[in-house]
Amino acid sequence: MYDPTVARLTYRALLGRRRAAILFVLPVLLVAIAVAVRAFAGADDDVASGVLGGFAIATMVPLIGVIAGTGAIGPEIDDGSIVYLLAKPVKRPTIIFTKLIVAIGVTMLFSAVPTMLAGFILNGNGGQIAVAYTIAALVASIAYSALFLLLGTVSRHAVVFGLVYALVWEALFGSLVPGARTLSVQQWSLSVAEKVAGEGLVTSDVGLPLATVLLVGVTVVATWYAGQKLRALKLAGEE
Amino acid sequence: MTTIEIDHTSRWFGNVVAVNDVSMTVGPGVTGLLGPNGAGKSTLINMMAGFLAPSTGKVTLDGKQIWRNEAVYRAIGIVPEREGMYDFLTGREFVVANAELHGLDAAAAGRALATVEMEYAQDRKIATYSKGMRQRVKMASALVHDPSVLLLDEPFNGMDPRQRMQLMELLRRMGAEGRTVLFSSHILEEVEQLASHIEVVVAGRHAASGDFRRIRRLMTDRPHRYTVRSSDDRALAAALIADPSTAGIEVDTTEGALLIQAVDFGRFTALLPQVARAHGIRLLTVSPSDESLESVFSYLVAA
Repeated sequence: MYDPTVARLTYRALLGRRRAAILFVLPVLLVAIAVAVRAFAGADDDVASGVLGGFAIATMVPLIGVIAGTGAIGPEIDDGSIVYLLAKPVKRPTIIFTKLIVAIGVTMLFSAVPTMLAGFILNGNGGQIAVAYTIAALVASIAYSALFLLLGTVSRHAVVFGLVYALVWEALFGSLVPGARTLSVQQWSLSVAEKVAGEGLVTSDVGLPLATVLLVGVTVVATWYAGQKLRALKLAGEE
Repeated sequence: MTTIEIDHTSRWFGNVVAVNDVSMTVGPGVTGLLGPNGAGKSTLINMMAGFLAPSTGKVTLDGKQIWRNEAVYRAIGIVPEREGMYDFLTGREFVVANAELHGLDAAAAGRALATVEMEYAQDRKIATYSKGMRQRVKMASALVHDPSVLLLDEPFNGMDPRQRMQLMELLRRMGAEGRTVLFSSHILEEVEQLASHIEVVVAGRHAASGDFRRIRRLMTDRPHRYTVRSSDDRALAAALIADPSTAGIEVDTTEGALLIQAVDFGRFTALLPQVARAHGIRLLTVSPSDESLESVFSYLVAA
């Protein structure tokens, strides 16, 4: 199921592009915000929760998920270099699964690690906030990667759609339409964080059982479907 | 012995028919897939390479369906036309990755790089390569697993004459070794120099198939039109029409030129300067007026 050569090509392509700069910029920004907030406001559980929930989980994790998830396959399909993977006796679902693992790894590295760091800077993990949001970031990394990898496989405008989902659906609709929150990776991951953090510090609109089912379901279905789409990927038609 | 069989295959994109009911068999040796740009060559190659499903019909490799069958890639090596190829890797890293994807080691990659004579630049990034070098590294990536079938889409595009000769030599060798080598081209001379067997496609249809000499003759024996300007058009016209190689001559007084229709291409091109010299006429312009590839091919389709 996992091919180390595909993995090597994927992470080198992912980290070698200019787009990868965003992977570094966002975590640095988060840590900078954490330092500034701590310096001006001191250690406060609610403020810490606000920064981690409002910026780290709501903005940074999905954005990094978009870059890593779509970037793990989209550019290769765009420039045609995916041919060198497809013209091999390697099962197409193996290619997808491997790319998913790489995308998850990259998303976790660039979102969960800085979230943890920022949490400790903000209030020294008071009320388990740093750990809770880090777990949320880890969980969200998996679902986002699967979702955006699928998007990268089926669409040439994956980054745009990914940004629309991450910013418009999750951030805007999520805050305006309560129902939309049920269908939000962010809320599912927060429901996991809710269990870890101190009373009332993290809230989610989705119960943990439902969130778990949806997280696992979305990840599995998106990955399976991406594998099917890659099996039927047509590389031509531009004559 | 590996054979690709295309059986009553069509492929359309929306309303556009790219390949129209084509049947052909590609066997060992070098086969040239010839046709003007947009004729459907790439679509055919993509179906043979398993990158495109036929809309109708079957494309098989030794009887096994190619589409959605990853196992066929053990036997097929592909040199795509597109340039995208992990530019951030060195040539060696790229070919080694291709070898690994076939379950082979770096030694296989080394052999393939030696075959295409790219060892000298294998540690440079692909981004720094010239067009010809990229083409050779693509070749190496297609050869790592010693495939019995090699498919190349417009492999000579953008290559300089020396690189072209090297690649031709390599493909000739592959064909002589009994591999099934198929390459596409829109340039007759390329195909003629390399392929013993030619398949011609025009506007999605299979226009001709067979030995290149026969096809070449079909192409050259058609009536040719020339526009000729000289120091004495009427005297030249009178002298030329006496020869059976010329079917008709029109004196275009507004343009000040002769429009000549020649039926025997070889004889006419030898005759024209001789006649001019014998009559003391200077030739100012001799230009074929319908030499575009499309007109050559459309003649072939009609034949």
